[in-house]
Amino acid sequence: MKRLTGFAQRWAVFVVAVVVWQLAAAAAANVFFPTPWQIVLKCRDVWFTTSSGGFGLSDAVFEDMLPSIGRVLGGWALAAVLGIAIGTALGRSRTGMQYVGSLFAFFRTLPSPALVPVFILLFGVENSMKLALIVFGSIWPILLNTVDGVRSVDPVKTETAKSFGIPRTQWVAMVVLPAALPKIFAGLRLSLAISVILMVVSEMVGVTNGIGYQLTYAQSQFDATTMWAWIVLLGIIGYGLNIALLAVERRALRWQPTRAAMAAAKAGG
Amino acid sequence: MTLPTMLDVRGLAHRYGTHTAVAELTFSVDSDELVCIVGPSGCGKSTMLRCIAGLIKPSDGAVSLHGDPVDGVPDDLAVVFQDYSRSLYPWLSVRGNVEFPLRTRVSGRSARRARAMEALSWVGLSDAAAKYPWQLSGGMQQRVSIARALACQPALLLMDEPFASVDAQTRAELEDLLLRVRHEHGSTVLLVTHDIDESVYLGDRVLVLSGSPASIVADLTVDLPAERDQITTRGSARFVELRTEVARLLHNKRPAEAAPTQPVRTNEERAAERFLAAEREERAQQTAEMRQGRQ
Amino acid sequence: MRPFSRNLIGLATFFLIWEGVVRLNLVERVFLPTPSDVAARLVDLLGQESFLRDVIATVLAWLVALCLAAAVALPAGLLLGSVPSVRVATRVLIEFLRPIPPVALIPLIMMLLGSGPEAKITLAFYASVWPILFNIIYALDEIDPLLVETAQSFGNGRLRVMATVALPHAAPFAFTGLRLSAAIALIVTVSTEYLAGSDLGIGAFIIDTASNVGAMDQVLAGTVVVGVIGFLINGGLERIGRRVFRWSDTTRAEALT
Repeated sequence: MKRLTGFAQRWAVFVVAVVVWQLAAAAAANVFFPTPWQIVLKCRDVWFTTSSGGFGLSDAVFEDMLPSIGRVLGGWALAAVLGIAIGTALGRSRTGMQYVGSLFAFFRTLPSPALVPVFILLFGVENSMKLALIVFGSIWPILLNTVDGVRSVDPVKTETAKSFGIPRTQWVAMVVLPAALPKIFAGLRLSLAISVILMVVSEMVGVTNGIGYQLTYAQSQFDATTMWAWIVLLGIIGYGLNIALLAVERRALRWQPTRAAMAAAKAGG
Repeated sequence: MTLPTMLDVRGLAHRYGTHTAVAELTFSVDSDELVCIVGPSGCGKSTMLRCIAGLIKPSDGAVSLHGDPVDGVPDDLAVVFQDYSRSLYPWLSVRGNVEFPLRTRVSGRSARRARAMEALSWVGLSDAAAKYPWQLSGGMQQRVSIARALACQPALLLMDEPFASVDAQTRAELEDLLLRVRHEHGSTVLLVTHDIDESVYLGDRVLVLSGSPASIVADLTVDLPAERDQITTRGSARFVELRTEVARLLHNKRPAEAAPTQPVRTNEERAAERFLAAEREERAQQTAEMRQGRQ
Repeated sequence: MRPFSRNLIGLATFFLIWEGVVRLNLVERVFLPTPSDVAARLVDLLGQESFLRDVIATVLAWLVALCLAAAVALPAGLLLGSVPSVRVATRVLIEFLRPIPPVALIPLIMMLLGSGPEAKITLAFYASVWPILFNIIYALDEIDPLLVETAQSFGNGRLRVMATVALPHAAPFAFTGLRLSAAIALIVTVSTEYLAGSDLGIGAFIIDTASNVGAMDQVLAGTVVVGVIGFLINGGLERIGRRVFRWSDTTRAEALT
């Protein structure tokens, strides 16, 4: 029963908002604001209708949706690997960040979408351009957060490891990286959002597939309902990726006490 | 009977810039001996301990462990730090923490595991092996640190104010635990503390450090029976004599002018103790704050 | 060696490598101009009235969007943060809105509002509401119950506790949120100008010049100007934050957005 009221509390406002939207849109009958139901129908048409008209995954799923998700994950994973590796090396070095710190901080503030023309000239309009753009745009939060995390290793923990004569590799893998992990995850979450943005931007410019392309195409056709459908999809993708990352984070950081657990432990002990 | 010398420190000195933290320390620790070094806070005890552990290179002097000169961190040495909450790795379970230094010492996962579980049983924490450090009380956490050090079977166990961050009750328990495990395993221990009673209660010998920079003003042999007990030992006349002696030495009073019967002296001593207790309190509070700051 | 001189060495090395790579023809100069080309063009541009007009248009749109976002997110954050039932009720709605990348809304906004300043302000506003909002909610959620209890034990009512304990506690977090929002708002403003083909703004300048091959030096110069503006805004806000909230560790709040 308690669960049921909690569920109702959580979803009531959402449901009400959708219903209000439905009624308002139906009443206004504005082409730019389709009703939620129209969007749902459109979603079915775009993604769940095969080319022969039956129910199933459509071509758009394979030609636009999956390539876009692939670009996001590919670019983001590459940025993660590079960012964590370089960040760890820089964080361990005493002077490394003094050489490149301000340069990287500047790169971080560059508006990566505006770099698209340069990237197109350097890498063409194919996937390599999109990957390069996503990596360049999303590596900095990971890299700089890793440097921060690696630097913040408690000196007592370092001393403890030294006093046991722990070899370097074990020290990095079992002391430095775990200590930096909360910060690294914060960086990963930030750059995941950036990756999705850059995926859309890179697809809006000079290609013929992907979610970004479909959005601009729908715009050129003045097809607002289809556009809404793709926007909803982007929301779902962003939400899903974030949830997945949070699940991984929670598992990787399960050694961190939560506030409630701390209180319980204190009260018990 | 003469025991072989385990640790030999000759003319140890360390300077930070122009500040001399430790000057000209010379002493030795025999095998199977528990030596306490007692001195006021901030007199350079920790610096000295870090020099012996090879964590910092002394400006002058030589340290040797079972005859081999110490240069860098020796393999068969283990340190227990005061700040257990910062010295244990929060991302490793209790067993993981004990196994951590064993990777280079014991080959084979199951052998490491067995050794860790054995060490945990010595400190009475077999049941807590799967927990994370924050799920344990402060005293239990420090027991994990002790188990981790013992699991390495060190030739010398260094302890830096190991019981300074726990409450009085736990402190007494941990002191007895240390006495028990060191008798069971014949460990050689060098323990640094600022608590006069603790140094006398635990030690076979007490080295009194005084002044800044620190120098050894006395090397007392504690001739109390090997079997010690919180109530009877601490109540015995010899214990009171020894602790008075140490207290007097600490505060730089010559024995001639310091007869324990004089009430003025006792007041002075009390004041000194209150001062030390307040300092200890402050330190514990700082640690607690630091811990809170990180959460 | 001083950290500052290391800094200069790092920058100089980067530019020398870049210059060298282009001059050795490893990359064609029309595609990637040398840093000296870009610097020359930058000086050039800063003397041009039309370019300065673009810069002002961008900065103004950014400022309006950020102020609007702060004006909406501050009260909303305080409400959501201090009334748990409201937070629970709106969570699903917010969780659904937040992950929609602002650039995905560009086509829709263009249809509705055209490509004038309203479009970029709307999008930058949408993008910069979230960091402020979430930082405040987080801060109010994380407030030490002991602080609240202490205040209550002195007989303070709910509103008074809010004003004397919760607000000062949340302020540094809100400010960190504002700093993050400032950076995001700038990037979204420029991106919208760029993707929506506005008439004015640095992003409009970049897309206009990008269509001429060989004008890459202008494109990069424009991008560098945005980067410098962002860098200055971020640095300035960081400095203000450190001075105003000296008693607090504001960097802590950055981890969550």
